[in-house]
Amino acid sequence: MKQLILMRKIRQASWIDLGLFLIITLLALAWLFVAGLPFVHMFLSAFKKQFEIYNNGVFAWPDGLYLDNFKAVLTGGFIRYLTNSIIVVLISLFLILFISAFAAYVFSRLKFRFRNPLYSIVVACMAIPIHVTLIPIYMMTQKIGLYDNIFALVGPYVAFNLPLSIFILTGFMMDIPSDIEESAEIDGCSKIMTFFRIILPLSLPGMATLGIYNSVNMWNEFSFALVLTQKASSRTLPLAIWEFQGQYTANITMIMTVLTLTALPMILAFIVGQDKLVKGMMVGAVKG
Amino acid sequence: MPTSVKRISPRQRSVIGTAALFLVPAFLVLGIFMFYSIYESFHLSFYDWNGVTIDKPFVGFDNWKTLSGDARFWQALLNNFKVVILSIVIQLPIGMLLAFFLDTVGKKANVFKVVWFLPLLMSSVAIGFLFKYVFDPVFGLVSPIAAWFGGGNVDLLGNPQVALFAVIMVICWQFIPFYMVYFLAGLSSLPIEVYEASIIDGATRARYFFAIALPMLRNTGINAVILSMVGSLKYFDLIYVMTEGGPSGSTELMATYMFKNAFNTMKMGYGSTIASAMFLIITLTSLITLKMMRQGGERG
Repeated sequence: MKQLILMRKIRQASWIDLGLFLIITLLALAWLFVAGLPFVHMFLSAFKKQFEIYNNGVFAWPDGLYLDNFKAVLTGGFIRYLTNSIIVVLISLFLILFISAFAAYVFSRLKFRFRNPLYSIVVACMAIPIHVTLIPIYMMTQKIGLYDNIFALVGPYVAFNLPLSIFILTGFMMDIPSDIEESAEIDGCSKIMTFFRIILPLSLPGMATLGIYNSVNMWNEFSFALVLTQKASSRTLPLAIWEFQGQYTANITMIMTVLTLTALPMILAFIVGQDKLVKGMMVGAVKG
Repeated sequence: MPTSVKRISPRQRSVIGTAALFLVPAFLVLGIFMFYSIYESFHLSFYDWNGVTIDKPFVGFDNWKTLSGDARFWQALLNNFKVVILSIVIQLPIGMLLAFFLDTVGKKANVFKVVWFLPLLMSSVAIGFLFKYVFDPVFGLVSPIAAWFGGGNVDLLGNPQVALFAVIMVICWQFIPFYMVYFLAGLSSLPIEVYEASIIDGATRARYFFAIALPMLRNTGINAVILSMVGSLKYFDLIYVMTEGGPSGSTELMATYMFKNAFNTMKMGYGSTIASAMFLIITLTSLITLKMMRQGGERG
């Protein structure tokens, strides 16, 4: 049956259609190869002994299930980077979601004179490149004594994820029908109470999507982490690769193990919640 | 209470109070880390300072004069624009075609979708290191593949002639999935009736795609161009990891040049000047593009 439909479809299609589809299918296969090969290389190399690459060539299957690389990396401080990353992302995420929900409530529900100009300022902040603020934030961090401490990352992370988060949540809250609040207000609910009792719970789906986007962003952040922290024990995962690279320069399989381990949490998250994650990642696409 | 004073109703007063209370955290954070930082960046650009000494000599526009004659900076800016143009020219069409493939094949192509999406999940740093080793002339993947075609060892990152293009290819590898999913969302948001009508009228799938779907996705495309442009102008992580701007400045971008000046050679003053120039260039370019796109949109 399926084949019959396919046959009919093919007969309907013109030669140009078929040609185009052929080209696109070839491109699709080529891209599958190009996108996948580096990952295959990364995973396979992680299970190889240091000299296997030299002796057997890069495309060879690993000689056996060799796990010493993983042991070395996991006992070599990797867990510390991982915990640092988790702590920074969780604290920052909590702050981002709360602060942006407060602001979004104001922009979507309250009417007052300077609302639109203030909102425009927030939206304009989305275009600010982080490198303009890198030196002043570095100086500030030094001055207040937070330098080389993971908590130094929280401030910049919150600041740079806030504008987009406010923008998205404002849009989300605008779509929440306002009649529930109106009846609550008639019953004597204050603005602050309506926010906590009604708007905040109804915004949770939007905040979840936003949370995914922000987490991925912060999980992978490099520039601030590089500038604001120095010792290995206060660095996050993206810097782990940096540190291990200094340690194992010539040991390619070890570096590949580190890369595999850093990529693993994201890939696992992707497998568990594919659609949610894709949706979350696309939140950033409104930036234009 | 004198009646001449304009009265604010208690209700309005409570609104303003709540607004102020709820906006304070956001604007406090933005104020410290964005507004003050940008001001401070411009401020520091008038000093010659290494960031450590108490003595911070004011040099007026000296840094800006140096910048205007700094060939390395202009090279970096040119490289930035090369990244912008090649990113748009390569990433958007491929992303579009891949999205078309997924849209046509549907659920059966899920394996493709998953593998294609993977690069977007990795950090730029990880991708940078991964490709540093993929491009390694001796132990990488490129040389053996070149050998199959009769080539010798290829050192893509060590050759100033091709290093930038090699790096741009990696950037495309990283971001094509983004535009793919972006266009896929656009394609599936088109009303199904339009597709049905065009098929009834005898259009083929290809004609539907090129003559109907593509023009309808015009705004999605414009957004993608702007996203890609702004992203490319501030690009940093991957290049810093892969080449640090080398060999001999061939892959230098504004951000890597700024970073190296400020944090490797500790020229905080001059680094701030580059950062401020970068801010001005990005703001200006975005404004001009936005305006041009808007006008084009009105005409079209």
